[in-house]
Amino acid sequence: MTRDTRNGWVAGVLAGLGDRVGVDPLVLRIAFVIAAIATGGLLLLAYLVAWAALPAAEGDSAPVARFSPLARVRGDWRVAVGAGLLTLSALLAFRQLGIWWSDAIAWPLALAAFGVALLWVRSPRRAALPADGQAPHVEPPRPSPEARPRRAGSKLAEEYSGAFGVLLVVGAALLFLSSNHVLGGVRDAALTAVVVIVALGLILAPFLWRFGRNLAAERAKRIRSEERAEVAAHLHDSVLQTLTLMQKRADDPREVASLARRQERELRDWLAGGGRSDNGERSLASELRSAAEAIEDDHRVAIESIVVGDCGLDTRADAVLGAAREALLNAARHSGDSGPIRVYAEIDDAGIALFVRDRGSGFDPGTVPSDRRGVRESIVGRMERAGGRADIRSSPGGGTEVAIEIARSDAATREPT
Amino acid sequence: MTTGLPTVVLVDDHELFRAGVRAELEGLVDIRAEAGNVEEAASATLRERPDVVLLDVHMPGGGGVEVIRQVAQKRPTQRFLALSVSDAAEDVIAVIRAGARGYVTKSISGEELADAIRRVRDDDAVFSPRLAGFVLDAFQGEIPEAEVDPELDRLTLREREVLRLIARGYQYKEIALRLSISHKTVEAHVSAVLRKLQLSNRHELSRWAVERRLVD
Repeated sequence: MTRDTRNGWVAGVLAGLGDRVGVDPLVLRIAFVIAAIATGGLLLLAYLVAWAALPAAEGDSAPVARFSPLARVRGDWRVAVGAGLLTLSALLAFRQLGIWWSDAIAWPLALAAFGVALLWVRSPRRAALPADGQAPHVEPPRPSPEARPRRAGSKLAEEYSGAFGVLLVVGAALLFLSSNHVLGGVRDAALTAVVVIVALGLILAPFLWRFGRNLAAERAKRIRSEERAEVAAHLHDSVLQTLTLMQKRADDPREVASLARRQERELRDWLAGGGRSDNGERSLASELRSAAEAIEDDHRVAIESIVVGDCGLDTRADAVLGAAREALLNAARHSGDSGPIRVYAEIDDAGIALFVRDRGSGFDPGTVPSDRRGVRESIVGRMERAGGRADIRSSPGGGTEVAIEIARSDAATREPT
Repeated sequence: MTTGLPTVVLVDDHELFRAGVRAELEGLVDIRAEAGNVEEAASATLRERPDVVLLDVHMPGGGGVEVIRQVAQKRPTQRFLALSVSDAAEDVIAVIRAGARGYVTKSISGEELADAIRRVRDDDAVFSPRLAGFVLDAFQGEIPEAEVDPELDRLTLREREVLRLIARGYQYKEIALRLSISHKTVEAHVSAVLRKLQLSNRHELSRWAVERRLVD
């Protein structure tokens, strides 16, 4: 049996029980409250025991933490206060039943429960005995990515609540001792202990400090050498390989140029941190870029693409992408060795404009060669069907430019074309 | 307009690359001196007083921006043309804002480079298609009306048109033909854009460039 921390109200004990025996937890809760009152609070103790003993079904979520999306820390406080109050109420219940030791033990115990709960909940992962019943084996294999920075960010608060917990427990102990009038004798011993600890601290401080600094230096050195190894590995896999290939193919200038270009692109991506492949989001700009790269590789041409703005891929952007691909293929086939093919795309809220320009031999638009007619249809036709337009300007010897334009209205993205 | 071969100081920290540029520009420009680091570059420039300094963007010790800064203190009229393998918007915009009159990539052909040097010598701005794209991008977004200095923070319709054509790969004379304006007018538009780029506070252009780098 486990605690159902997702559906539970306090620690999920009753929710877990309800799940186990097949009864609505609400019924159990009502029954529990009645029974708790009837037994004078004795059941509350049983609840606490169950809380500590049962592992949480949901690995990562601390009990009560879900009340506040903000924080573990706030959750810790709530749990601690809850534990303190539960202890207190249990003690009061005992008093009601006639079982009573003395006031001298009740208050220190409540305080101590509060402090201990704070300490335990503070670091459930490190705690030897998990206060919230979260046994080590239910720890998730990988903490959720957003949990990490949040933990780091609230580290100070955690330390603070930890120190507070320690103070509470110590305070409870002192309170207990003083109310039993045994503190007087202890005071001298405590003073001695404090003096010894301070002295030891002063002696050891320089060693500890140096030790810490050495550790940090060691770590920095290791990180540097790891980075170096990574760079070396990358250069070996990519740049050196390509250089070797280029020497082998030195008789084929086109191949060499293509190899160099591909390597350049790859290296630039790598230097830029590979951000493009990382986010994995497909946008018109990124798709245009990969289309251009694919055609560069397949046809051994150079394509310079400049994209201003960006947008998601809707029907219209898809049409532009398709037409641009055709135009690039066309240019790659016919431009020859006449310098790079240039793509310029401008994307804003109003529309998309895209130009593909080559400085190849061009052709007379009046006498379109039959092998180009299909291409023309696939560019112009595609754009017209999508509600845009395309122009192909060319003159013999003057290169070719394909101009693609389409509006981006809201209405247009909704209706399928 | 000056006649004769333009005088040039060539600044790049790669010996091999300098040799390549020198060979390509043979007979097209007069290379007076070469420099491989920031200090050499500054002193050679102040000594030779060339028409144009051909300046690598990336160099140890502060790069091209630092060279421009050091020279500008003593010779504010010195013209620079930035030459770089980098496509990163932040590098390009930084060197233009420091005062370079143009930016070309190292893949440019020798003849085009010589042409760009001549244009910078004649006080024109030289925009590569990529730089034109960056500028269009930087000036594209909306900003609150109140903060706009119309003189500096906006491109005119014509300037935008000219930049667009540059980005599409048109030469100045093709642009002039296309827009039915004179070659001189095209140059005037590009120079105006350059001035705006250097003086505008808009969105703090350098910050734009940094952000863009993150996105790209």
